[in-house]
This record gives sequence, structure tokens and C-alpha cells, in this order.
Amino acid sequence: MTARPLAADLVPMPWRSGLLSSLAEDETLLAVLLLDLDAELRFGSGIVAVTSARLFACTAETGGDWKQWTLQSGLRLSHYDHGGVGTLELHDSERRLALWRYTLEQNAQALRVVDAFDRRRDVLAGLVEDHTAGEHVCPDCRAVLEPDQEECPICAREFETPPTTWTLFRLWRFARPYRGMLLAGFLLTLASTAATLVAPYLTMPIMDDILIPYQNGAPINAGLVSMFLGGLLLSALVAWGLGWAKTYILALVSERIGSDLRTATYDHLLQLSLEYFGGKRTGDLMARIGSESDRICVFLSLHLLDFATDVLMIAMTAVILFSINPTLALVTLVPLPFIAWLIHRVRDRLRTGFEKTGRVWSEVTNVLADTIPGIRVVKAFAQESRESQRFRDANLHNLMVNDRLNKVWSVFSPTVSLMTEIGLLVVWGFGIWLVAHDSITVGVLTAFIAYISRFYSRLDSMSRIVSVTQKAAAGAKRIFDILDHVSSVPEPVRPVHLAGVTGRLELREVAFRYGSRSVIRGLNLAVNPGEMIGLVGHSGSGKSTLVNLMCRFYDVTGGAILADGVDIRSVPVAEYRANIGLVLQEPFLFFGTIAENIAYGRPGASRAEIVAAARAAHAHEFILRLPQGYDSLVGERGQGLSGGERQRISIARALLIDPRILILDEATSSVDTETEKEIQKALDNLVRGRTTIAIAHRLSTLRKADRLVVMDRGRIVEIGQHEELIERRGAYFRLYEAQARQVDEEPVIRPLPIPEKEPS
Amino acid sequence: MASHEEREIGGLERDAHGRLVLTLADGSTHTGIVPIRAFPLGAPREGVALVGATGREICWIECLDELPEDVLLLVEEELASRDFMPRIRRLVEVSTFSTPSVWRIETDRGSTSLVLKAEEDIRRLDASRLVITDRHGVHYMIENQKALDQASRKLLDRFL
Repeated sequence: MTARPLAADLVPMPWRSGLLSSLAEDETLLAVLLLDLDAELRFGSGIVAVTSARLFACTAETGGDWKQWTLQSGLRLSHYDHGGVGTLELHDSERRLALWRYTLEQNAQALRVVDAFDRRRDVLAGLVEDHTAGEHVCPDCRAVLEPDQEECPICAREFETPPTTWTLFRLWRFARPYRGMLLAGFLLTLASTAATLVAPYLTMPIMDDILIPYQNGAPINAGLVSMFLGGLLLSALVAWGLGWAKTYILALVSERIGSDLRTATYDHLLQLSLEYFGGKRTGDLMARIGSESDRICVFLSLHLLDFATDVLMIAMTAVILFSINPTLALVTLVPLPFIAWLIHRVRDRLRTGFEKTGRVWSEVTNVLADTIPGIRVVKAFAQESRESQRFRDANLHNLMVNDRLNKVWSVFSPTVSLMTEIGLLVVWGFGIWLVAHDSITVGVLTAFIAYISRFYSRLDSMSRIVSVTQKAAAGAKRIFDILDHVSSVPEPVRPVHLAGVTGRLELREVAFRYGSRSVIRGLNLAVNPGEMIGLVGHSGSGKSTLVNLMCRFYDVTGGAILADGVDIRSVPVAEYRANIGLVLQEPFLFFGTIAENIAYGRPGASRAEIVAAARAAHAHEFILRLPQGYDSLVGERGQGLSGGERQRISIARALLIDPRILILDEATSSVDTETEKEIQKALDNLVRGRTTIAIAHRLSTLRKADRLVVMDRGRIVEIGQHEELIERRGAYFRLYEAQARQVDEEPVIRPLPIPEKEPS
Repeated sequence: MASHEEREIGGLERDAHGRLVLTLADGSTHTGIVPIRAFPLGAPREGVALVGATGREICWIECLDELPEDVLLLVEEELASRDFMPRIRRLVEVSTFSTPSVWRIETDRGSTSLVLKAEEDIRRLDASRLVITDRHGVHYMIENQKALDQASRKLLDRFL
């Protein structure tokens, strides 16, 4: 909670002095809008300020001079937005006095200015009491704030800081629980690497103490030979045993890290709002959770392990070499910096390349995810060749990106090999020179060569780590992108718990925008407990959006929704949704038995409860007709059920959780009239005693509604009962007429009955 | 009821409140007219609807060039005030190559910065044109990806 800053503090310096000096003695600054566009829609700066007596503005067009208007009735400040640009207009009764533009980033400020302007003007005109001191509301959501709160805790959502580039280190969060095993793995790696280094060391005495003396005429010492050979065998056996243990332990750990990562990502994904899923494509998300986490897992278990072993080996070898002969060791290590430099050069290019291939790859899967579910449409319109072309294009793009990457990549490995060979050449040459000068023995040189060929072969494989690290880092980034995404339906910081929901809903100045498109504006509605509200309107009038807002699938962008007087954003999401039953137009059945599907919202329900719910939903009888009754499998590969049957199962599902608030989103739209009657009976059972919000295309479905709410372009245009609205001959009447006409044209279906309210 | 194509524009003028007032050939007047492009990206000069204050289409203009001079001027003026799609000329700096990322850019409407929420917000129109939607829903366009300078292209490439 921050102390409320004075509006003047928001004003940047060049304007602040000018503005403050022109204020009268008892005049205070109320709200400020910093403009970031000029009237010609170029980026520029300007300012609009409301004081307790006047409206000030200063823009580049006025040449930096202040224009001012005295607040009085007749003045009107209006705002609207389109395509990300907000416009603020000042009118009097005759004409437009001024116009200012800003990007929506400044929208909250603009709303504050309009608010302050309207209130002050009315106060000055004596129309309303000045109760600014008593009530302090958030300009965005109209929630009442504490007197010292400037930022509304509900609306304040900071821009998330982007993840760092070195994303792989963030995997530590998942590695932490296994740090004991990781330490054991590391020690084993250390020991096994050391064991493998024993063998080359033994070549030295074999050469110097056995072979060279033998060439010079000395007999072979059988005892010494068997000791050295035994040492070689032993070191090999120890290295094998340790190597097995370390690989096993680390593979175990990495598999667990990978699985934790997958679960955590999926869990987080499920928490995200529908808005996120709306913007993402299924194929892409599946690729991220599936193959990317697998790639990271392989990276951890194989490549990272190899890399660690290599680094250890290089370090140990260097120590051994220096201890044997520092001069030769120095020469041997000369190519190392070159190779390091080479790796560094290629790294950046490869990383971007791999990120790109990842993206292009999801482009390919996206085409699949797009086409396969829509295959009926593809076939119906005979567009197979077009879809094939789309896939080919995506594939071609994939090919192109990979080709470009491979160009860099292919030159990389051979260069490292070349360096290795040159390095060996240098060692041979310098070694022979040293032997010739009697500085070292032949044995030392052989040992060096034995070490060095291992050493460089490891460098070669180490160079491969660059690409796999980049791949894994790219994969990790794509996973952390999901993990870092903050749900736009966040859990409240200080949750309020609903005690016994009655089902009272209140929508207060609700606004919702999708991107730059304003879908719902300034909507007010109060729903009493147990009341049934029918939402009607043309498609696109915002009905479904409103319902999504009530379910908190999205959060309002302005105003607030209150359940039993509590802002639903301050209630834990799951706790709130437990009070909501939802029946959708397209009922979704999961793979499983019918009983499981009915009990989806309450997995602990008893068989008797499931049957009772199915009975009430008029689903019991048709379920019994299925060969395996309630145990029949449904879902993607299961028993085929008709649309009406599926719908009744989903109604039973909603009935079972016994929600206080029920939402029917076009529940009967996708079925024929006969089936609709069946469903209607089921729905009547469901609706009884619950607050119900029903959307229906067919107005006849809403005959039981207590009130009909007619929506048009994101606003409520009419509220009332059927007869009332018909008499009013407004928007509802036109809708009703249009439907009645349609019905007349279809002789099979009788005209709509005049709804009668049942005595309750 | 005459269809939209058959209605002819009698005249168009701007009133003191800054609203467009359309007079049709049949003498009816409509206040608060808003011109809307049907294909703002695909064919900006073709297919412009004049929509009334209630959101109903009043009149359809097949092609802007067939309008009389004075009407065209007002329509274009109004379109210009609604068409806010800065063309990106240069990428000066990006805060990070992952998202969300803050880009400092130079556009044909001046320098500014935008926040790219996710890579999906970059929409490929065709081989060279891109539309980038920022956090607040402002659309920015890159008209020719290949015409950008080397440094900008390199930055942009990391997001494609």
C-alpha cells in the first residue's frame, strides 16, 4: 500500500511549474492525463489536467501555451477508443472545443480525468454533493479503496520482468530437491574420471622400464610386466564400476527433474486463464510440454554429464602433464585457447539458429493441429491439396532454417578435428626434439601422446556441448515462458472467503476489452438470489463474454463483478467456481465412463447421487439402454452419443455439484426441437432455486426467465419481462419478430408460445 | 429497402461537434458517420463502409477513388484519424530476446517504445510485411522487412 501521491507529482517538470503557478489560491489539481500522441497521431507529448475549477491543456499544437476552460455545466468531456488509440473530446452545447489523443497505455489516467471532470463540474453546478472525501473509488473498477490507497490492489498489475537469457540455471529450482544425489553423482564422476587417467600414466614406466631397456639388450622383467598390466586392468575395472554408478545416479536424477518440470509446467498451464489458451495454439503448447522437457532431460542426463566429465578430465590431465614436464605441457595446451575462441564465436549464431528451428518446428505441428481436427471441413471443400501445400510450405521453411544452421554447424566440427590433428603434430615435433636433446625419455613422450589424444578427442566432443546446450537453453526458455506467464486471472493476495453463497450477483460498471477491441462497456446489472436471467441479443453482442466474465474465465478490464457483495477477484478462483454450474452449447465429455463424466465436478460422489443427478437430468433412461449402463465408455474413442444425450450428461454433471449460480450458454442450440423439449425438462429441474444466467438463441427457451436482458454491442439496451418488452416494441421486439417470421416459414414448427409465468 | 450499394451519397460535411453528417441522395441525413475500411491491410483503398452512430452500415463505397473531391477529403481525414498503424523504420534496442520484451523503435510517426507480450503477437502478412501488436493493442507495421537496416533486421530476426 503506497501513500497517495499528489496529482502534481505526476506532472513532468516543464509543465509542473507552469501549471502550478497558474492555479488560484484555493484551486487544487485533481487529475492529470499525460498525452503521448498529438492530434495528427504522431508520437509527442502533451498534458490535460483537471483542477477543482478549470480544465487545462498544453500540447505541441498550442506551441507550449496553456489553454484553459472553466468547469461549468454544458461542458462535456467524452472519451472513446479505437485500434489502441484513445480520444478525449471537450464539447460545449454548440461545438467541439478540443480534441486530444493518447495510446491506451494512458487509459487509466484518461478515465481519472473524465471522472474528476464530471464530478467537479456537477459539484460546482450544485447538482451533487461533494463527497470526494467520503468515498474514494478506483477509477478503473469502481472498487472502494482505503483512504490512503492510490493504486487499486485489484487493478495494479505490474509488467512482469522478462526472464534472463541464461535460462538453464533456472533449472536449479527443479534440481534442488535432488541435491544430495547430485553431489554423490559429482563425486562419482570425479573418481571415475581419475580412474580413467591411470592407464596413460602407466604407459610411461612400461615404455621406460621394460620396452626401451629390452631394446637395449636387457631381459624383460616378468614381475614388473604383470604388475603394470594388472594395474591397467584394475584401473579399467574401477573406471567401469564408477562410470556405471555415476551414469545410473545422474540419469535417475535427470529423469526426475524432467518429470517435475513437465508436471510443474502442466499444472501452471491449467491455472492460466482462457485468454492464454485463446492466444496459443494446441500444437505449440503440446510440443513445449512434451518434447522440450524431454530435450532438457536428455541434455541433463547425457550431455551435461559428458561435459562435466570432460572438463574434469582436462583439468586433471593438465595437472598431470605439468607435473611430468612443464615445457611440453605448455606446448600441448597451445591449441586450447584457439578452440575455445572458435566455440565462443559459433555459439551465438547456433543459439539463435536453434531457437529458430524450435519455432519453425512448432509451425509445422501447428499446421497439423489445425488441419486434423478440421478434416471434415477440409474434405468437404476438397481443399486437401491446399492443406498439403500449407504443410509443404511450413516444412520448406523448416528446411531453409535448418540449412542455414547446418552451414555454420557443419564447418564447426571438422575445424575442431583439424585443430586436434595440428595439436598432435606440434606435440610430436616438439617431443622428438626434446627426446633428441635428452630432455625427456621416450616413455614421457608416449604418455603425453596417450593423454593428448584423449584430451583432444574430448575437446571435440566438448564442442558438441555448445549445440546441445543451446538447444536445451532454447527449450528451457520456451518452458519458462509458460511458467513465467502470470495468469490474467490471478489468485488474490489476501483472499476473502465466501460464507454460504446465496447467489446474488452484481455487475458494476463492467467493461471488458479484448486486445484493442472493447467488447463490453459500462454494464450494470444486479441479479437476485434464485432469479433467472435470460440474456438475449444478436451474436457478437457480448453475451458469451459476459458469461465468461461471470465465471471468471477472464477478468474484467474495468468495473467489478460482485458475488454476495464480494468482488470475485478477491475470492480464490477455485472456491468461487465451485459455486458455478456451467452447461455449454458443445458439451465436452472426457474419455472415461459415463459415471465418471457425471461426477467430474465432484469425484467423491456416491453411485446413488450420480443416478439421482442423471434421473433429474432425464439422462437415466438412455444411459440404461447402453450395453454397459453407467460404466459405458464415452469421450473421444468411446460410445457415440447424440448431441442431446451428451447435453443431458453435462446437465447431470452441473446438477451433481449443486451450484448456487448456474450458467447456461446456448445449452439447447445444437439440438433439434424434439430433443430440446427433453433437455428443457432436464433444465427445469436444474434451474429450480438457483440463480441462473441463460443465453439462448431461441427465445422460446427463455420462457421461464424472471427477467430478460437484451444486449447490443456490449451494452444492455433493455431489461424486462417478455410481455413488457414486446409492448415496448424495442430491440427485443425486433428480435422476437425476426424469429417468429423464421418460424412461420417453417411449417413443421409451431409458432412460439406466449410464455406464461408459472406460479412458484 | 435499397441495398447499401444502391444508396448514393448526396453530400458529406463535418458539424461543429466534429461529427460527420451524411446526406443520402434520398434526402435522409445521418449524423456521427464513421468510415471503416473492410480490408485495412489487404486493400485499403477499396471497400469502405460508412457506418452510422448505431453501428449500422449506411452506405458502401466500392473504391475511394470514385468519390467526389470534397467527400473524399473528409472521408480520408476521418480515416486518417482512426488509422493508427505506425510504420516501424528502425529498431533501436530491445530489452531482451525473450518475451515480454520492450522495443525502442523509430516509426514514421516518431520515436516510441512498445511492449511485445509474446512472439505470437508478430503476425506475418506476407513474405515481407509484418504487423506487431503491442501490449495495449496498438498495431505497428513493418512494411518491408528486407528494407530495414542491418542492425534492425538482426534484432527482428531473433523474434521470427
